[in-house]
Amino acid sequence: MIDKIAHSVADALAGTPDGATVLIGGFGTAGIPGELIDGLIAQGAKDLTVVNNNAGNGDTGLAALLAAGRVRKIICSFPRQADSQVFDALYRAGRIELELVPQGNLAERIRAAGAGIGAFFCPTGFGTELAGNRETRVIDGRPYVLEYPIHGDLALIKAERGDRWGNLTYRKAARNFGPVMAMAAKKTVAGVHEIAELGMLDPEAIVTPGIFVSRIVKIARTATQAGGFKEAA
Amino acid sequence: MSGYQRRTKDQLAARVAQDIFDGAVVNLGIGQPTLVANHLPPGREVILHSENGILGMGPAPSAGREDYDLINAGKQPVTLLPGGAYFHHADSFAMMRGGHIDICVLGAFQVSATGDLANWSTGEAGAIPAVGGAMDLATGAKQTWVMMDLLTKQGASKLVERCTYPLTGLACVRRVYTDLATFECTPQGLKLIDTVDGLARAELERLVGLPLAA
Repeated sequence: MIDKIAHSVADALAGTPDGATVLIGGFGTAGIPGELIDGLIAQGAKDLTVVNNNAGNGDTGLAALLAAGRVRKIICSFPRQADSQVFDALYRAGRIELELVPQGNLAERIRAAGAGIGAFFCPTGFGTELAGNRETRVIDGRPYVLEYPIHGDLALIKAERGDRWGNLTYRKAARNFGPVMAMAAKKTVAGVHEIAELGMLDPEAIVTPGIFVSRIVKIARTATQAGGFKEAA
Repeated sequence: MSGYQRRTKDQLAARVAQDIFDGAVVNLGIGQPTLVANHLPPGREVILHSENGILGMGPAPSAGREDYDLINAGKQPVTLLPGGAYFHHADSFAMMRGGHIDICVLGAFQVSATGDLANWSTGEAGAIPAVGGAMDLATGAKQTWVMMDLLTKQGASKLVERCTYPLTGLACVRRVYTDLATFECTPQGLKLIDTVDGLARAELERLVGLPLAA
């Protein structure tokens, strides 16, 4: 019998090795797998490379993982924010490496990893310093830069509902990087707010088929200003 | 002295909105461009795209109705209009890169006469760089428009022969809407579309420091 349901976050994250590349979903307040990041802090893996759109906000979640000294390198599109003080301090102290990637290239490089693409020519960033020294080519008169996939050892994502086969649905703009990150990692752990009986998720509405998911774990819905779902008053 | 008045931020947003056609799919960048949504002329149906996976984005919700799973690229709560849809990040940027977005409106530090854009970094030593979706939007949309003040606080033109700040994209800007005038960037240089009342072309050319074709 297939049963991807983990009974705790600790159970789902056990065995995460030092040096792992961890893809972490979320954009702004939506879709951040905060409980899974807390679980990774507790689990203890270090020397991590983290891939996220941002580089942590405030002092919780990804910022707490950075503050705990677990992250060697971050790959993201927008590290600088009003409340990114943890990253800012580490970066200025030379204690974290930054690979800055245009947001669409970040998403497509992750998708490419999941889709088995070796590299792809992309127009974004051509002629800018973010193209670095990578190979360029003119195709049908338009210039492109060669971009390589970003593979994860582990992906941590947040979804809305899941079942024991790992099928997932999402909620509103909390979907963001979840579906592509789920495809691109050797192991994908999804926090869900509801676990459905097999067959109860509408097959037409499943966004991430279970083939891309290793473990799901139930996460309480919390009312919060800072992230995730805000309960109706 | 000058007998003209600068466009206010709202007047500038209204000027941009006037050129957005019925049925357009539009991405409004973070900051000043988001004001354009408040000035779309009645009777024009426009679909707003948000890079974090929304088409058919609506205005901010009323107080107490915020849903933090439904936010815009600036991470502020928004709503979804009837007909709207959600999708993942790779699809969202495929919409840009694949040329499916009609217009994107961005802010800028500098724009060159031929449409090179610099809007993500001042290249200042020690500054922490951040790019977000700026390069993807500038390169991918069918038309990229910039809205900005024409002059810096020091009085230097932000329309330049060649950008000195790090580039966002090459020859990607079609139009530049400013507080004093509207311009088109072409391979041959700047073309003047309009000016605020009372601003003579010669005075504008002096401010910009570049020739303006009619």
